[in-house]
Amino acid sequence: MGKTALIVDDSSSMRQMVGFTLKGAGFTVIEGGNGQEALDKLSGAPGGKVDLIITDLNMPVMDGLTFIKQVRTRAMLRFTPILMLTTESQESRKAEGKAAGATGWIVKPFHPEQLLKVIDKVLPA
Amino acid sequence: MNLDMTIFHQAFFEEAADLLAELETQLLRLEEAPNDSELLNTIFRCAHSIKGGSATFGFTDIAHFTHGLETLLDRLRNGQAHVSSELTQLLLESLDQLKSLLAVARGEAASAPNSDPLIARIDAAIADSEGQKPTIASPPVEQVVPDEVQRYVFRFVPNRDVLRQGSDPILMLRNLFEMVDEINVRCDTSNIPALTNFDPEACYVSWEVEFTSQHPMSELLEPFEFVSDDCEVSLTAVAGYWQGDAAQQVACEVASVAQAVVTDVAAAAIVTSPAPEPTVTAAAKMETHTLRVSTDKIDKLINLVGELVINQSMLNEVVQHFEISSLPRLLEAVAAMERASRELQERVMAVRMLPIKHAFGRFPRLVRDLAATCHKKIDLKTTGEETELDKSVIEMIADPLTHLVRNSIDHGLETPEERVACGKPEVGVVSLNAFHEGGNIVVEVSDDGRGLDKDRIYRKAVDRGLISESDPMPPDDVLHNYIFHPGFSTAAKVTDLSGRGVGMDIVKQAVQGLGGAISLSSTPGQGSRFRIRLPLTMAILEGLSLRVGDEVYILPLTSIIESIRPKQGDVRVVAGQTEVALVRGDVLPILRLYQFFGVEPIVSEPTRGLLVIVENDGRKIALLVDELIGQSQVVIKSLESNYRKVDGIAGATILGDGRVALIIDVPGLYRNVMPAQAIMTAAA
Repeated sequence: MGKTALIVDDSSSMRQMVGFTLKGAGFTVIEGGNGQEALDKLSGAPGGKVDLIITDLNMPVMDGLTFIKQVRTRAMLRFTPILMLTTESQESRKAEGKAAGATGWIVKPFHPEQLLKVIDKVLPA
Repeated sequence: MNLDMTIFHQAFFEEAADLLAELETQLLRLEEAPNDSELLNTIFRCAHSIKGGSATFGFTDIAHFTHGLETLLDRLRNGQAHVSSELTQLLLESLDQLKSLLAVARGEAASAPNSDPLIARIDAAIADSEGQKPTIASPPVEQVVPDEVQRYVFRFVPNRDVLRQGSDPILMLRNLFEMVDEINVRCDTSNIPALTNFDPEACYVSWEVEFTSQHPMSELLEPFEFVSDDCEVSLTAVAGYWQGDAAQQVACEVASVAQAVVTDVAAAAIVTSPAPEPTVTAAAKMETHTLRVSTDKIDKLINLVGELVINQSMLNEVVQHFEISSLPRLLEAVAAMERASRELQERVMAVRMLPIKHAFGRFPRLVRDLAATCHKKIDLKTTGEETELDKSVIEMIADPLTHLVRNSIDHGLETPEERVACGKPEVGVVSLNAFHEGGNIVVEVSDDGRGLDKDRIYRKAVDRGLISESDPMPPDDVLHNYIFHPGFSTAAKVTDLSGRGVGMDIVKQAVQGLGGAISLSSTPGQGSRFRIRLPLTMAILEGLSLRVGDEVYILPLTSIIESIRPKQGDVRVVAGQTEVALVRGDVLPILRLYQFFGVEPIVSEPTRGLLVIVENDGRKIALLVDELIGQSQVVIKSLESNYRKVDGIAGATILGDGRVALIIDVPGLYRNVMPAQAIMTAAA
């Protein structure tokens, strides 16, 4: 059965790029333009569940950290891998993200192949 | 996978144009509202998105230029840099530069002005904001092991919460194992707790793996990149073969362990872990001013504080746009806040809790030494060593306990010959016993010795003028309490150990200083039992708030017996000066709190106020107060550290409405206003 990924980013070009890459790797893709929108999309997903979440940190309405924390409060998503997209490779952002419940990160800019490699680290084939 | 990025270019251009327009609007507002954090956030986000997109889609000029801009804007929104007219100017010029760069990228312009002068100005502004540039520590250069087979020992101790971050240790190990050969795995399951304490979402297992590989170390560690900060991950190149103790190894197929852990952690726990024996550390020593706290406890605290912050912002939001219709939401937010702060309180207290064995630990040695000195045979029994108490209470109770144990051995226990003569076993027993009893901790020191000599205490009390010879023998509990009087010793001879008559009163003071109480029961020929009741913690107190004049005082709940409103005939004046109340046959001296504290009273007539009857040392007095307000938990703030010691006052606290209330020190009241004689006379 195919896997579902949720991509959360306020930049639609970024969502397109990540989405395209994931679809190429066999994922079904759901998109959200900010944390709140993504939470709503999650509630609409089958079983309220996805296999992977990729989220930006800086977004309007609800930022990535708040979003991650909210996701972790949902029973179905407590152990779901969450990757954060960040241009800031500083340790503090990574640590904040991890404290919020993120699994890993990928530093922008990245190539589609790099993204798939990182996904391999957090999601069983 | 080969992906042609150009297919996204159009989307990026459109988005970038929108972002730049937004950036322009916001930048123009900046001078009017230089401290608007929402505005600063939006501006940052625009630059951030442009940078992210341009870098991803290969517009390196734009990405390069935006990099410094983003850093500067980040400083600005974090308050490390401040908006000035020069800065706004710089930002607007940067915006124009971005537009030019974008036009070039779109193919609408042939060339753009050189970015370098602007970049230099941006860098200068960044440097300004912090005094100096941070030196970015470059990661240490990895030692690249040449492509030859090398033997490694790898240790992986996942953090308890690793699963809750969506990480899968098994997946990481599998990814590692794809690069290695000759795998020898030892899975350590000894930290899996008994089922009652078992959290199925926590990761309790760790691994030690020996393998060979021709991959460089950096690649081998790659699968663990995301957890290396909060888990123990170590990889060591070794020579030779597995060095561990064969008996302790559980070498097993990775797959089977992985399976077991992944499919059902709980089941695996039952199968692989016999309830782990608590490791007994000989060094149960106590550090005086530092406290070892498991990172687990601290992580939970941090999480809680996070929740508290969220709750607070919820509250803020509700309050800011408050209408009566949002009352249910407000109540909900307040309730959530209350839950979080209560839990925080419990957890913070738990940080200070240590098992009482830290105080008991010294006794086996002490008892053995004393037994030798006194030529007695003693068996020390301790129970409830795991009972947890506040660290400071444990530190301060150790000395009083020592005194009690010495006392039991010296005075309580008989010599082996005497014991045999009474038909008792030759070996005497001293027991230390700790347990919970309704919000308190009780520590008992008991012996099966000869018990207290009532006649001797009576004579001594008469000697010291505590009672007169004509008085009848007081009841046991009153009599026993005399031994806590200063300078009261009944030992026939002064020994090395105790019996100098200093001690019991000091023990009692120490216990009271901890907010506790000590009592004693004794049966002649069968032994004595000292019972110390201690609060769980010294920082929080269950109290009754009461009003005297315009002031609010807190009375510790533990000392209160009851409150009554006396009738006209119940209040009498004895001996022309001492006011007493008749309460069901007891005659209790009345202490007018407003007089004691020098407060202007509202009620000065006992029959119109309330009498709160408190007990200390088995003696009761009635405190006259205006009214009772209610019962609550209060946080004790020390008066001594902020002002100085005040007689009759144990400390202060801050009430819900922000006022300060003083906490009454009941034993202190007794010492100050009710000399023992007066109470005895009044009671007689």
